[in-house]
Amino acid sequence: MDEKIPKELALQLYETMQRIRSFEMAVVELFARGKIPGFLHTYVGEEAVAAGVCAALRPDDKIISTHRGHGHLIAKGGRLDLMMAELFGKRTGYCKGKGGSMHIAEPDLGMLGANAIVGAGIAIINGAALTAQYLGTDQVAVAFFGDGASNTGVFHEALNMASVWNLPSIFVCENNGYAESTPKHQHQKIKDVAVRAVAYDMPSIIVDGNDVGAVYRAAQEAVARARVGGGPTLIEAKTYRLRGHYEGDPQMYRTREEIESWEKKCPLERWRKVLLAADVPAEGIEEIDRRIEQELKEAVAFAEESPLPDPAEARSDIFTPLPAEM
Amino acid sequence: MVQMTYREALKQALREELQNDERVFMLGEDIAEFGGTFKVSLGLLEEFGPRRIRNTPLSESAILGAAVGAAATGLRPIAEIMYSDFFAVALDQVVNQAAKMRYMFGGKLSLPLTIRTTMGGRRSAAAQHSQCLEAWFMHVPGLKIAMPSNAYDAKGLLKSGVRDPNPTIIFENKMLYNTSGEVPEEPYFVPWGRANVVREGTDVTVVALSDMVDFSLKAAERLADEGISLEVIDPRTLVPLDIDTIVQSVQKTGRLVIAHEACVTGGVGAEIGSQAAYHALDYLTAPIERVGAKDSPIPFSPILEREILPDDQDVVDAVHRTIDYSA
Repeated sequence: MDEKIPKELALQLYETMQRIRSFEMAVVELFARGKIPGFLHTYVGEEAVAAGVCAALRPDDKIISTHRGHGHLIAKGGRLDLMMAELFGKRTGYCKGKGGSMHIAEPDLGMLGANAIVGAGIAIINGAALTAQYLGTDQVAVAFFGDGASNTGVFHEALNMASVWNLPSIFVCENNGYAESTPKHQHQKIKDVAVRAVAYDMPSIIVDGNDVGAVYRAAQEAVARARVGGGPTLIEAKTYRLRGHYEGDPQMYRTREEIESWEKKCPLERWRKVLLAADVPAEGIEEIDRRIEQELKEAVAFAEESPLPDPAEARSDIFTPLPAEM
Repeated sequence: MVQMTYREALKQALREELQNDERVFMLGEDIAEFGGTFKVSLGLLEEFGPRRIRNTPLSESAILGAAVGAAATGLRPIAEIMYSDFFAVALDQVVNQAAKMRYMFGGKLSLPLTIRTTMGGRRSAAAQHSQCLEAWFMHVPGLKIAMPSNAYDAKGLLKSGVRDPNPTIIFENKMLYNTSGEVPEEPYFVPWGRANVVREGTDVTVVALSDMVDFSLKAAERLADEGISLEVIDPRTLVPLDIDTIVQSVQKTGRLVIAHEACVTGGVGAEIGSQAAYHALDYLTAPIERVGAKDSPIPFSPILEREILPDDQDVVDAVHRTIDYSA
């Protein structure tokens, strides 16, 4: 067991990962049964990144996510029932059925949304970081994105701005080796995305993205720096997406062997072994698994039973009403 | 009332809003010491300091992204895009983010974000510094758009835009910065979505945007000598659009000319004309005329640019066509 991570936190990290994994496996099945419209991009295999980073945050810290955003919302405290209802397109969902999987958000939890434009959130998070700096709070703001997004212009613009303004922004690259179907060696020559931080005079950390303890410690270091005005950090978490880019992806671009080699590095399995080796009782872990299973059952039932949105509301929420004095 | 330039009126609006609310701040390229390319913010750095008047890197996506994120978390940013042509490199933050965030999130947050930008030609600034791109944004639900045509509106619309809890875009006309108009000494607001009947008339309605209002008033003077009476309407804002005022005028005059500097094809004149025709078809005695730039990139050489851009002569010609029309 990692001596820097207390047992209670270690179990919490496991629970977060299990909540993400269980939610994703449930929605995969529901999607296949036609219960969930639209696209579905799951976070299976990458759970340690969201879980580790968000465990280092406070409830009032901000995050912004990607098209693969369920894990980030769960790790920031998202409720499975409200998430499931949103994915079902129901009125009771987090976004009243207007956002769905790719735009799921809960600003009250500091989650500024899944975002289906690759790279966009990297620029937006600077605004959240600027608000904290401007108001003199010690909040930090985290953008999650992938290796593909590190080739967008906005990545470079945003890291430069965060650096020159010394913002409490933390850029977390979930390097899963593929930009959709394009393998990393075809889309960038550098081995580590982290080297790009050098161009912006920004510290960077490379971490095993399937080791939740390591991710947590890396995030802690970046968060501690940002909180005291030490500026932004680029964290590169090397990980792997165990399912397709989207559900239904035939995955012609990678081999079964490659996927299997990463299944052996499953972040949940690895952490479970760490817990057991640290004399955490197996029953405690199983209790967590059972609790989540029950929670998911209730979430699915809630989504199933929830009403559809009223078509009369399709054009509400475009604009905020003007204040009375205007 | 005092005489004031369009530029000074805008600066007063910024100053008053910065004084009014600590959450209001400005960000953009060269806006601090340099005062902005058109000097609208000159002096505000000395008054409000670098925390609130923020020079940015030359990174439009980062500017607008930061503005979106700051607005989403409680500040009231005023971002400047130096030339509206430069929107093209950062459209995602406007079109996919600012315009949609509230809606996608089921109304869970507001984006009190104002984007100031400049529009228009007549300065030999050529194809990449002269465009009028308001139609792009009118086509995206979730954005509000103003095009002030005089100093009074510039100040009043900008102040209302900054107070609006939604993303607002203000297109400032470069050729109007040095023009003067009467502006009240005390603070005031011009509400968005209320057209201004700039000149009352009986024969032809001219809906004019930005500096085409002045050209239309010139045309009205010239046509008055011929005994033709123009009613000139400035919508002031495209979103929301005060179509009622336009329709009422067309019901009176039976003829409609829409004048904007943007090129005709796909311009907002098509939308205004279509809405007006829908509501007042039975009153129209001639086809709706659209006045705008000829469909072309804006050329550099002044004589070529004059050939492409519309002016009062184009309004006069269009009015004549509506008068001379016989079914």
